[in-house]
Amino acid sequence: MARAVTQQRKLINTAIAWGIGLLIFFPILWTILTSFKTEATAIADPPVFLNFDWTLENYTAVMERSNYAKFLWNSIIIAGGSTLLGILVAVPAAWSMAFVPSKRTKDILLWMLSTKMLPAVGVLYPIYLICIKFGLLDSRLALVVILMLMNLPIIVWMLYTYFREIPGEILEAARMDGASLKEEILYILTPMAVPGIASTLLLNFILAWNEAFWTLNLTAVNAAPLTAFIASYSSPEGLFFAKLSAASTMAIAPILILGWFSQKQLVSGLTFGAVK
Amino acid sequence: MGQIKLNQVTKSFGDVNVIPPLDLTIEDGEFTVFVGPSGCGKSTLLRLIAGLEDISSGQIQIDGQDATNVPPAKRGLAMVFQSYALYPHMSVRKNIAFPMKMAGIDEAEQNRRIESAAKALNLTDYLDRRPGQLSGGQRQRVAIGRAIVREPAAFLFDEPLSNLDAALRVGMRLEISELHKRLKTTMIYVTHDQVEAMTMADKIVVLRAGNIEQVGSPLDLYHNPRNEFVAGFIGSPKMNLVTGAEAQKHGATTVGIRPEHIDVSTTEGTWKGRVGVAEHLGSDTFLHIHDTGLADLVTVRINGDIQVSHGDDIYLTPQLDKLHKFGADGLRIN
Repeated sequence: MARAVTQQRKLINTAIAWGIGLLIFFPILWTILTSFKTEATAIADPPVFLNFDWTLENYTAVMERSNYAKFLWNSIIIAGGSTLLGILVAVPAAWSMAFVPSKRTKDILLWMLSTKMLPAVGVLYPIYLICIKFGLLDSRLALVVILMLMNLPIIVWMLYTYFREIPGEILEAARMDGASLKEEILYILTPMAVPGIASTLLLNFILAWNEAFWTLNLTAVNAAPLTAFIASYSSPEGLFFAKLSAASTMAIAPILILGWFSQKQLVSGLTFGAVK
Repeated sequence: MGQIKLNQVTKSFGDVNVIPPLDLTIEDGEFTVFVGPSGCGKSTLLRLIAGLEDISSGQIQIDGQDATNVPPAKRGLAMVFQSYALYPHMSVRKNIAFPMKMAGIDEAEQNRRIESAAKALNLTDYLDRRPGQLSGGQRQRVAIGRAIVREPAAFLFDEPLSNLDAALRVGMRLEISELHKRLKTTMIYVTHDQVEAMTMADKIVVLRAGNIEQVGSPLDLYHNPRNEFVAGFIGSPKMNLVTGAEAQKHGATTVGIRPEHIDVSTTEGTWKGRVGVAEHLGSDTFLHIHDTGLADLVTVRINGDIQVSHGDDIYLTPQLDKLHKFGADGLRIN
């Protein structure tokens, strides 16, 4: 039986939902607001919410001091590269797990996921040494590979869930219709899996973009992405809040915009298979 | 041409032997139905013929050529699946065109065949729709259309009507039979529904646990079931099987009598019982008789006009010339 929802109840629910939404969004909003304040207003006590003189001086300062474009470009290369590489490796893996499973497929999937439970810092030392040995410290290549490996379990899992939803009979029908394995993948499987592949791409791009452990530890100048850009504005004494906020806003803006426009895709990707 | 021959074909999944050595010949142009309870291996057998599963040993011949190691696409067979297995991202037209595209048939010929199949299957108005916008019956027609345009050596149907509602099922049953009469192509049809088997087949293959229990025409199976299993499986409602003293009277371990071969009377007869549930179909009435001292329940088919009610005493007399006798091994005694 459907539950009766009164008008009043609806109103309260909506208010609560908005309240929670704003609460979650507040730190980002505060960062954005602070980026338009002067350094003095930024640390004013009590804090000023909207009633201040808006200024762009922090942005000008940040742009003058740092080469934003370079950090942005590194972020794009590292996040994009690791995601694309991950998809290339994960698609065949997920395909074989979904369509030609063996007795151990479930175990392999779980084992892969368990690697995500390892604290990254646990392998920092060996990986750092490997990077030195191969001359890959502060290189985008190293980060592309490391972030790819880090997100691979999630990519494989997501694609696996998507592929599992594609009925095997459709692939068999294609085989009966005369399609070779290549044609089956090209004409039938890929088009059917496009929404899944797209949301996997998107989510992993975001994860890689936001990744701050390896990007901070393995880069210095050449390969430093936007995470390093933000970090370069933080100071132990908590000074220059406004400039730090401006840098943060600039770093999160691209991904925020991307997420905003693709939220539908993202939500459907994350809840896929949850409801029939 | 579409003769299909299985020589000593076996299939095992790991240690489980699904199909023991099996021989079967399906003649060109024949409508053959594989029927049996679920898990009897009928779908597996069809998939072996299609090439979607590899056989463990033996040989499959299509038109006299060894097809054992030929991939499904090259066997010249078309298959219609229970779930229809249409390509959801393609329009009906593209779905039907897909096998021709794979075969490299030129576009003019593709269009000609699509139009003619669409006309035959009443799909002309739906060619530009996606499968998701069609009803179950229409989807099944698209699946059949996709099979027809290939002009295959044989059609394989894997329980194609199971997902349709009862009324539609009867309609599609007729359409498929009609299609067979028109195309005269070999068809192999898998079903667990013995009514479908009886009404559509030229030849029925009754399977149990991978073994062929009997092969024959529908009426042959109905009149001369080779063993108890076939006797009980073919015919609706099921044949009454009676064991014990009553069977020994006729020199058999089990005797079978079909519900339509029992005469009823309210005054006298061989067996006495009490009327349980009466199912009125209008033309016929099925009576389920309790307390006869025979099987748990005896089913009788009587004329729909005869009035009896729950709890009435009733007398049953089997028509002796219609009695089926089976020995201790379950095989028919003549």
